[in-house]
Amino acid sequence: MSVSDDPALSRDDVAYLAGLARIDLTDAELDHLAPQLGVILDSVAVVGEVADADIPPMSHAVPTSNVFRADEVRPGLTHEEALSGAPQEEQQRFSVPRILTEEA
Amino acid sequence: MTTLPGLVGFDEALETFDPVMGLEVHVELDTATKMFCGCPTGFGAEPNTQVCPVCLGLPGALPVVNGAAVQSAIRIGLALNCSIAPWCRFARKNYFYPDMPKNFQTSQYDEPIAYDGFTEVDVDGDVFRVEIERAHMEEDTGKSLHVGGATGRIHGAVHSLLDYNRAGVPLIEIVTKPIEGAGARAAQVARAYVAHLRELLLSLGVSDVRMEQGSMRCDVNLSLRPVGQQTFGTRTETKNVNSLRSVERAIRFEVSRQAGVLGAGAAIVQETRHFHEDTGETTAGRVKTDAEDYRYFPEPDLTPIEATADWVEELRATLPEAPRVRRARLQQAWGASDLEMRDIVGAGALILVEQTVAAGSSPQAARKWWLSELTRRANETGVDVSELAITPADVAGIQAMVDAGRINDKLARGVFDGVLAGEGTPQEVVAARGLEVVSDDAALGAAVDRAIAASPDVADKIRAGKVAAAGALIGAVMKEMRGQADAGRVRELILSRLT
Repeated sequence: MSVSDDPALSRDDVAYLAGLARIDLTDAELDHLAPQLGVILDSVAVVGEVADADIPPMSHAVPTSNVFRADEVRPGLTHEEALSGAPQEEQQRFSVPRILTEEA
Repeated sequence: MTTLPGLVGFDEALETFDPVMGLEVHVELDTATKMFCGCPTGFGAEPNTQVCPVCLGLPGALPVVNGAAVQSAIRIGLALNCSIAPWCRFARKNYFYPDMPKNFQTSQYDEPIAYDGFTEVDVDGDVFRVEIERAHMEEDTGKSLHVGGATGRIHGAVHSLLDYNRAGVPLIEIVTKPIEGAGARAAQVARAYVAHLRELLLSLGVSDVRMEQGSMRCDVNLSLRPVGQQTFGTRTETKNVNSLRSVERAIRFEVSRQAGVLGAGAAIVQETRHFHEDTGETTAGRVKTDAEDYRYFPEPDLTPIEATADWVEELRATLPEAPRVRRARLQQAWGASDLEMRDIVGAGALILVEQTVAAGSSPQAARKWWLSELTRRANETGVDVSELAITPADVAGIQAMVDAGRINDKLARGVFDGVLAGEGTPQEVVAARGLEVVSDDAALGAAVDRAIAASPDVADKIRAGKVAAAGALIGAVMKEMRGQADAGRVRELILSRLT
């Protein structure tokens, strides 16, 4: 990860994350949002004050494991249903804009 | 594009450079359903007919792991002598590309289910040990169709069309550690490793491993370093090398290309490259400027996988015998020499010969057809012998007709032609092409009489005791019968008349 572990999120960190998330931010928006995100991270960091070093970070709220599904086919969607939310379709497929912008 | 400057011959390149390879093989499991939803996984369905809210990434959908896929993953790990993680999680690999409708691929990151293994590969009779870095679970992506480009490629395309039938099909990615020390045999070792994996996965019964249908795909990492140097050179990653022959060709080409670049004093660019089946060349794709940042994080919607020791041992007990053990057993059962076994394995025909014998053929006949006749035809068309449109049962059926005297070896070749051309079963081809030998003694006898009458001098020699001279008469009869006779029977008829 390129974002620093320092809870004080820098303006560059936010610009980088925005780039990864394909969100176009103006300089003014960056100035405005970077400190706000910092405040949010600081608030969450309070959790660290009660969790001692011997408590491992957790990714799941409930400690369960091995919830499996049997390998049995279940009905899904028809192609009409699947494509019903697509802005554009062609040949029974989802049509998406050009993927590469420059000739390579 | 076809005349690339600075290619160095493969053998010449290896006098100066030592190749280091890393192979990443993706295998689609042949489970009935996808990795995280109940959609079917069959190949070739109409576009977007095997999809549901989970694999389309619709809001509110909740994925649940396919237990059968996890079992297959653990069995693959065990077959590769890996340690199995007692506890591991799935992770989201975030990226923006329309082949995944979720904007992430569910994969595993720093907690692969299997890691630190090895497998022993036969390369022309020598055992080459390939170290396995990891085998992890993930899901396949959708299929893109690029529209508007000249060749259906992404470059120059106006837009792209997505079919998500394949999105979410269970995938195991098997990654080797750097393969060093193969030297001049690098391309062979890589090919043998992929062929070996294929055999191993087939014997596990976890995948149909059809490279031509994409259920097994290989990415080839390759770098060169000056002979004697320890540190690795800059590598390239050639994507989607999808046949055994292509693995070998891609490596030979990259060795030649990189040696040319390095020899000219230039540097290798770390990049993704594409392999072209038609030319056997690789061309530059994406340049990896920054390390990609996929922002992996543990998948919160899926529970961790806990592989208890009991479960792992239960699965270990289901493993088939190791390939080397199996080969030794078959060699003994068939009474084959070391050299014969090496040829069978080298041709990738072990399972084919085994199944042909199981279908009733003798080991000798099964070996003969697969190694001579069929391997030659596979080489001519540039496919793997297992990819030919003929089954072991067909081959056993053809041999059964030879054994019964209905056809001879020469006619059998015509039957192979017919079956490979899609004309039906061996029986149907024999009937349609009229390939059966003439077993009518009256017709044969008449032909024999004509041959004797046409060559009285030869007939006299045989009468005088020179039985070897019968060959000339047999040849004449076979010619008249257009090959459709049993030469042994013709010989009997000739000798019964003249001795």
